[in-house]
Amino acid sequence: MTQSFRLESGGLINRDKKISFKFNGKNYYGYEGDTLASALIANGVHLIGRSFKYHRPRGFFGAGVDEPYAIVQLYRNGETEPNIKATEQELFEGLEAKSVNCWPSVNFDVGAINNFLKIFLPAGFYYKTFMWPKSFWYKIYEPFIRRAAGLGTASIKHDKERYEHKYEYCDVLITGSGPSGLASAYSAAKNGAKVILTEDKSRFGGTLLTSEVNIGNQSGKEWADSIISELKEMPNVTVKNRSQVFGYYDHNMLVMSERISDHLPKTKKFHPKQRLWYIRAKEVLISSGSIERPIVFGNNDTPGVMLSSAAKEYMKVYGVLVGKKPLIFTNNDSGYETAIEFKKNGIDPIILDTRKEPQSEIIEEAKNMNINIKNSYVVVAAQGYKKVKSADIAKISDNKEELGSIENIECDCICVSGFWTPTIHLASQSGNKTKFNEDIDAFVPGISKQNEKTLGAANGIYTLEETLKDSFEQGNQLSKKITNNENKVSFPNVVEKKSTVHDKFWCVPLPKGKNYKRFLDFQNDVAVSDIEIALKEGYRSIEHVKRYTTLGMATDQGKTSNLNGLQLVSKIENKVVPAVGHTTFRPPYSPVSIGAIVGREVGKHSKPTRKSPMHSWHEKNNAVFVDAGVWLRPRYYKRGEENLFEASKREAKNVRTNVGVCDVTTLGKIDIKGPDAAELLNRVYTNAWLKLPVGKARYGVMLREDGIVMDDGTTTRISENHYHMTTTTAQAASVLSHLEYYLQLVWPELNVNVVSTTEQWAGAAIAGPKSREVLKKLFPKSDVTNEGLPFMGYMEGDLFGVKAKIFRISFSGELAYELNVESDNGYFMWEKIIEAGEEFGIQPYGTEALSTLRIEMGHVAGSELDGRTIPYDNSLEGLLSKKKDFIGKRSLSRKAFAAEDRQKIVGVVPLDKKTSIPEGSHLVKDSNAPLPNPKLGYISASCWSVEHDNPFSLAILKDGRNMIGEKLFVMSPLKNKVIPVEIVSSHYVDPKGERVRS
Amino acid sequence: MLHIKCPHCGMRSQNEFSYGGDATIKRPELGKEISDQDWDNFVYNRKSLRGKHWELWQHLSGCRQWIKVQRDTATHEIFKTLKANEEIS
Ligand SMILES: [Zn+2]
Repeated sequence: MTQSFRLESGGLINRDKKISFKFNGKNYYGYEGDTLASALIANGVHLIGRSFKYHRPRGFFGAGVDEPYAIVQLYRNGETEPNIKATEQELFEGLEAKSVNCWPSVNFDVGAINNFLKIFLPAGFYYKTFMWPKSFWYKIYEPFIRRAAGLGTASIKHDKERYEHKYEYCDVLITGSGPSGLASAYSAAKNGAKVILTEDKSRFGGTLLTSEVNIGNQSGKEWADSIISELKEMPNVTVKNRSQVFGYYDHNMLVMSERISDHLPKTKKFHPKQRLWYIRAKEVLISSGSIERPIVFGNNDTPGVMLSSAAKEYMKVYGVLVGKKPLIFTNNDSGYETAIEFKKNGIDPIILDTRKEPQSEIIEEAKNMNINIKNSYVVVAAQGYKKVKSADIAKISDNKEELGSIENIECDCICVSGFWTPTIHLASQSGNKTKFNEDIDAFVPGISKQNEKTLGAANGIYTLEETLKDSFEQGNQLSKKITNNENKVSFPNVVEKKSTVHDKFWCVPLPKGKNYKRFLDFQNDVAVSDIEIALKEGYRSIEHVKRYTTLGMATDQGKTSNLNGLQLVSKIENKVVPAVGHTTFRPPYSPVSIGAIVGREVGKHSKPTRKSPMHSWHEKNNAVFVDAGVWLRPRYYKRGEENLFEASKREAKNVRTNVGVCDVTTLGKIDIKGPDAAELLNRVYTNAWLKLPVGKARYGVMLREDGIVMDDGTTTRISENHYHMTTTTAQAASVLSHLEYYLQLVWPELNVNVVSTTEQWAGAAIAGPKSREVLKKLFPKSDVTNEGLPFMGYMEGDLFGVKAKIFRISFSGELAYELNVESDNGYFMWEKIIEAGEEFGIQPYGTEALSTLRIEMGHVAGSELDGRTIPYDNSLEGLLSKKKDFIGKRSLSRKAFAAEDRQKIVGVVPLDKKTSIPEGSHLVKDSNAPLPNPKLGYISASCWSVEHDNPFSLAILKDGRNMIGEKLFVMSPLKNKVIPVEIVSSHYVDPKGERVRS
Repeated sequence: MLHIKCPHCGMRSQNEFSYGGDATIKRPELGKEISDQDWDNFVYNRKSLRGKHWELWQHLSGCRQWIKVQRDTATHEIFKTLKANEEIS
């Protein structure tokens, strides 16, 4: 294919570097510096996709971020990405792209039948047509719509690219490198402020690249280049191209996505594909420019109808003609600039100007170039299906309501200019109260909420001289406030052509007897008639009209459609536009890839992994690990072909008969010191703590203020004013915050310090009837007899030269000890325990056996202390002191907590002593009762009792204390199980608690 | 993301803090009689204010101090921050 629409010379592309690419399977060539859009247009390709709803042919409408049509599926380096704008995607060698929204192909599209059945797809079609019958939605409508509509297909492969996040601070953030961005950045930088200047496109300069102006005896582009290269040299300045600031959040936090590698065939080694910047700026200058608005006319979505500024940009930046017989349809002077550019490139355009007798320097120049200008003329409708072939045009009356006789003129593109809409998205996101500017017929920023100011065209200032003056001044003033420097920049001489006022004309009336579709929202196929229907049906609020018709809801967020939609509503409703108001602008300004938002927090990096000092021992000994919060804990140690069930049964059994050792490093540990330490414990625990002797541990339960159990654990008095508290693994952080809350805010008079020591200590529980024998070998110099170290006793010991804390506490219900050594000695301790225990048959046990042991003992844990239970429910009421007040005590006297038939923990055994009971199952009286079957309670934890060799569960059961001996049913609809069970005591093993004291 | 001035550490991002609710609620003194209604007010009943609100935050990933922050719940504007032991005026 030849690039038949490429100009002989000109543009900012590199004609020395040819680039080959593929579109819809066909090979094409472009040049380095092209976008996919400019390269396709150069090759005469104008049909790029099908529209969302009616599957009408779609071409190019813009040349950048405002593009509503040209969305493609991109293929790059073995990966694919949907929702890529061809106008933004830079060309690279080997690029492949495909049309979306077309099935089976862009030229023959089944969905286009919607176009002829359009009666079925009016405003609110999602809500109306597809609601009935219900089953049709799932079976027919939804699959059909999903196949026929949509903006591409997301890859289901793992994304191998790397995405990064970066946090940055600056004095002044400037979003956009057009004239206002460059001028303000330059003066702010000269005052020594830390400046970040961002540009969405690959080239800096914005409109300076395409306008015929002169700044300080340089062309606009030359001036932009010189300012940028000077800024790049300054150490206090960061300039970033291919970077879109897409969100303005609270407290001047802005988020930007930088496309680092998207323009390359392949991401370079050690480089990310994209980088997301979180920028906290003291001041923000919004220099995002403006977007040309369309004029609405019949069939205005035909490929070849595009913004006049885009046509100019394709010529000036890419050296590409969008057509060879252009029709320019304008209500202002901008269309003339495009016409002049065509003329300079040897093409004869025709200008249709809605104005009667406009006069200005630019118009004069066009006239002098003998450009054909038709005043008071409009395009009534574009003709042609896959590409514009001609236009129906007519004279329009002075009141803009009557059309003259229709003439048809041949053309291959219609370049539309309906004047300019400031890009106020970021300002609006920041909370700025926008206001309507009558002169430009558009909203501009009003009263700021945060430290932001909007400059230049984004603020409705459309002359270069005024823009530069204001921007130099604002950059200077804002930076002076921060740095206290003032280096005035001398203002350059500016030459630009003066333009005259625009015509507030935005929609061509329909000629008699014609019913052309006139589109407002090009991406979502919302036509004038849709808005009319919505208003007829009673929708008034613009937010409701938007959602009902989907106006402005597509990925382009209505960049080209919003204002014309408002104009239409205001006209029908007979209200002024500001009274209609605009819909809320929300981030992101332009789509951001999910990868960039996620950053590097994927897979193993999604959260930290905490490992105990003994982790490598567990690994070497075939531990199978389980996530316990962010900790990795051994679940069981696999021997041979054992499965989880067999291994955990073996491990638990060995604890009951011999001795086992379990890594309990993950338990939360809090060091508590100070003369009022006992008083603190006495207030936060439900039981009495003032008389605990030194060298003794005590079990305690902590409540929330609402009486619900928060956590449990043992706390040991190490010395007079020093306590060692343990918490559950899960609640370690919240218990520390809880204690800090009371010490700092409620009882600042208490002289106590608390600090987390979870990571300072490695812990091992040695449990089983032979555990004392092991301990004797580990601490030959210490008296660890039942008298020397009784149940709930504490002592320090010498573990072969390592200082160890020895607690005689038990979770398993057996004679048991817990050893703590400094973390660095954890591995040493563990090896010594294994070595000493060998002759007694010691085995390590994991969390599964740990659970089994505590469940059959009736010891509560996280599954019972689940944030819904009070002490009574867990049979912990014996720990409630009657003599003192404590956190949460007052709540326990609430009526529901004292109810006679209050829920309580019980044991559950299946009648057949075989069937395992799924956790979370419900307990019911009658398994055949009609639904909803009244639920009496639920299974909180299940195990295979190694003591009784049958299944055993704990349950929280209504009126549990009077239910022992009752026969009930366990029902698990998830597992489709109904199991007859008997309710027993929750203490299934050693109910008198003799073993721990033996 | 809010930018909160910790009275101990200076301006820090919101992700270093955790929220702790209404700062004007005083816990009833331990051991004192209190009516059901007053207790309910302390434990459960909170006004969901629109506008200026004194609230507690803990500088969890910093100095671990609980602080008092006066924030507009609608606009997120922060007017003042105080240490735990400073009285709201
Ligand atoms: Zn702090």
